[in-house]
Amino acid sequence: MSTIRVNGEDRDLSAATVFDLLMAEDVDPKARFVAVAINGVVVPRGRWDREPVKDGDEIEIVTPAPGG
Amino acid sequence: MYSPLEDPLTIADKTFTSRFLIGSSPFPNNQVMLDSIEASGAQIVTVAIRRIDLSAGGETVLDLLEGDYHILPNTAGCYTAKDAVLTAQLAREAIETNWIKLEVIGDRETLYPDVEHLLTAADELVRDGFTVMPYCTDDPITCRKLVDLGCAAVMPLGAPIGSGMGVLNPYNIEIIRAENDVPVIIDAGIGTASDAALAMELGCDGVLLASAVSRAHDPVRMATAMRHGIEGGRHAFLAGRIPRKRHAEASSQKTGVIGT
Repeated sequence: MSTIRVNGEDRDLSAATVFDLLMAEDVDPKARFVAVAINGVVVPRGRWDREPVKDGDEIEIVTPAPGG
Repeated sequence: MYSPLEDPLTIADKTFTSRFLIGSSPFPNNQVMLDSIEASGAQIVTVAIRRIDLSAGGETVLDLLEGDYHILPNTAGCYTAKDAVLTAQLAREAIETNWIKLEVIGDRETLYPDVEHLLTAADELVRDGFTVMPYCTDDPITCRKLVDLGCAAVMPLGAPIGSGMGVLNPYNIEIIRAENDVPVIIDAGIGTASDAALAMELGCDGVLLASAVSRAHDPVRMATAMRHGIEGGRHAFLAGRIPRKRHAEASSQKTGVIGT
């Protein structure tokens, strides 16, 4: 089984694109203030529906949080 | 009558009437945060960038603050230039701003900036089109290097983050102010209103703080106190204080005293 790492946790790879991955993670792809990076490179929102997710990818899904 | 409107703070291409920059954490709850930020009069509010927390129900701090404030994302929690640069780029994507409060921390104990990584990250982010406002050490050489790299402001610490120790090296801060053309904003260490006033009396262009308000017994009142401290300090700086002397100088008219 292929695996990816999402926000520091291993996941079985079942998504083909960033869009699919967000759906699988219960993140609304239309939600505002969300950003995604794969292997240290930001994937712009406009490419989520076609940016492939591949075996071994390290993915960060982030959003603003309170901070000083 | 002097009006703060006549004394704007300009950072990069934006102008602000308030010289108070405030953090959005760690407040007891969202309402206290909103009330405190409103009481502060601040126009610039900092936020962090974190892995998405699905338990938060989809509402972010931005949903509460958006529209009313200039949002300044930070790279808090980053220990390397690489992580700080990626966090800034994620912030740009998530919030649609190229402004970044750049923090690269050296260790957990002191939360002191790692100057080597800070300079590397600042260089990379300036080249990538960011308006970079670095949290940095209070040494004039590092500040000068950051300005030379193209940072829009420098934000030397007054004291360690969250320490409430005030401005520990006022002489350095004065040197940093005198030597650089960009805004100098004291970031970190402010504990109470007199600390903020002192920072402004030293010539700083603004004060950024979070814990001193959010951890106060009454955050809304402390936000108000800080606002007045910053405004008072700024007025005093512009007004020009009298010199310190070793001897007294009477303020009442010296002639016409009875019995002479």
